[in-house]
Amino acid sequence: MPKLLEIEGLKTQFFTSAGTVRAVDGISYDVEEGETVAIVGESGCGKSVSALSILRLISDPPGRIVDGSVCFMGQDLLALSGEEIRQVRGRQIAMVFQEPMTSLNPVLTIGLQLTETMEQHLGMEREHASRKAAMYLDMVGISDTARRLKQYPHHLSGGMRQRVMIAMALCCEPRIIIADEPTTALDVTIQAQILELMKDLSKRLGVALIIITHNLGVVARYADRVNVMYAGKIIEHGSAREIYKNPRHPYTLGLLNSVPRLDLPRRARLDPIEGQPPDLTQLPEGCAFRVRCRYDVDRCASEVPPLATIQDSHQSACWKKNELQKSAEAVP
Amino acid sequence: MSVAAASKLSNGFQGKTLVEVSGLKMYFPISEGILFQKRMGAVKAVDGVSFTIAKGETLGLVGESGCGKTTTGRCILKLEKPSAGEIKFDGVDLLTLDGSELREMRRKIQVIFQDPYSSLNPRMKVGDIIGEPMYVHGIEGDPEKRRLRVRELLTTCGLRPEMDDRYPHEMSGGQRQRVGIARALALEPEFIICDEPVSALDVSIQAQVINLLEDLRDKFDLTYLFIAHDLSVVRHLCHRVAVMYLGKIVELADCDELYDNPMHPYTKALLSAVPVPDPEVEEERQRIIVSGEVPSPINPPSGCVFHTRCSIAIDGCRKNIPEFRELSPGHWVACPEV
Repeated sequence: MPKLLEIEGLKTQFFTSAGTVRAVDGISYDVEEGETVAIVGESGCGKSVSALSILRLISDPPGRIVDGSVCFMGQDLLALSGEEIRQVRGRQIAMVFQEPMTSLNPVLTIGLQLTETMEQHLGMEREHASRKAAMYLDMVGISDTARRLKQYPHHLSGGMRQRVMIAMALCCEPRIIIADEPTTALDVTIQAQILELMKDLSKRLGVALIIITHNLGVVARYADRVNVMYAGKIIEHGSAREIYKNPRHPYTLGLLNSVPRLDLPRRARLDPIEGQPPDLTQLPEGCAFRVRCRYDVDRCASEVPPLATIQDSHQSACWKKNELQKSAEAVP
Repeated sequence: MSVAAASKLSNGFQGKTLVEVSGLKMYFPISEGILFQKRMGAVKAVDGVSFTIAKGETLGLVGESGCGKTTTGRCILKLEKPSAGEIKFDGVDLLTLDGSELREMRRKIQVIFQDPYSSLNPRMKVGDIIGEPMYVHGIEGDPEKRRLRVRELLTTCGLRPEMDDRYPHEMSGGQRQRVGIARALALEPEFIICDEPVSALDVSIQAQVINLLEDLRDKFDLTYLFIAHDLSVVRHLCHRVAVMYLGKIVELADCDELYDNPMHPYTKALLSAVPVPDPEVEEERQRIIVSGEVPSPINPPSGCVFHTRCSIAIDGCRKNIPEFRELSPGHWVACPEV
């Protein structure tokens, strides 16, 4: 399948009084047409910043994309002018944000917010756009659309608002939707509804999805390919099946071992990753995960392990990647 | 349900009943008008909840946001004044206590809050935060002894003793939650209400805090009411689990029984909605997606509160309030159709 989006060596940094925060530190991945790619990691690992960088939504100052390229259908998004990138935002690549409470404008009606994008990008008449808006609301499972279009965000529940966000993302028929923690603020039953809806729409309309999340279960259920991020870098990449069955980075392994699972017998104790993520202003020499790693060797302290192929598309950035065992018992 | 019936719920766990909640109701009034307030209705946050917790037991209280699980916890802490019902701790009715008796009782019941960012005073040093309950209750009057005790508590909770000199903003989320736990332990309580203690934490830190809570339970012989929405965490930590929906308990059973053999359609849907971190398992799993959203607790549905979203609801569910019945020993369900 042709590549829709190719990110190469992307680096985004924030210049603060406390020092330079290397939020995204040279990541590369691609997205194929119609597939679902997940970016997983804990808070502060740079996953959201990497997504915002694609659409150049990093506020400058303090942030700046310092290196790399984001190639979307043969066009480097980082080289576009302000006017040109606005044509891509929302039109070709749409975004669904985490907080449905804060990402809708509270003083505009749902209808206005939905039609605005279509009027801007597709040059539609208000009348036509309204009909379209009603159609998309219906598509995301909101009934009584005529009334809803006249309502304000505070009239809607969290799940409903997230549906409106998805409708907004869909209404210009983009090629890619970036969903930044789309369900984190929602309850599990609503989370299931929303994710099911997104997956179904992406299949039906052939839209590629980039899901950014910290929830390993969500990734397992919906993603085709997975990028695991830690301290601004992608440390493991592969198909969802491969990553879960055969994790080859100690961090991925640690994450999988630290969550209690509903499908397995209860364990006596959880097996957490000790310590805390590093401070991004003062990244250590060598591998950033070394201080929390159970497998570290001398080499980890001096050389940053590159993301290297294990087999097929499965890559890991660890010197000991070929010696990792999945089971926690095999810890030395 | 009568008090007698409620106390029967505590089975399987040997030991005396420590906490007994029966027929708990918490209605928050809604009023309109500024000068002449008129009562317009009530939010039925908790609507007739009964359970017991045996000494040393951990009871999980799960449900989605707005189902009343936190309010239940706050009622037990007497942070709210319940509209009706009875809360007994060690045989004493908490709602009749006041003054010094209440203060004495409060020493035995402590709480760990959800948000480690807003539940610690940003202007106080960690040492003062943990030491304050001891000061308030006059347990350790001597400042030097209190300081030593604080340092000991920090060590117990996996922090370095010298951290007592820090401010909360100098710590990470996981460390702050450990401070919250140390504060709860300061008075050597018997019973701790854990209100979503790990939901604000990252996955790898979550596991650390869960292990800590487990260790402390064993070490100090604690009893927990564990309020959470994450079903897999609850399963890991709890002995018995109660599932709440719109102010009511819809199912209550021993932990393994509830997860292996869920009966209530809501419990089933809730369990099926939790994704499992394994793509191969996920492919095989049957998913029950409940439609719609949780109705408003101001005007809850008649009859069974779940009937608007239930896949097996019959006409009777719209009219009759389902009886909470014991299907197998210790497994209680509020649904006539199972």
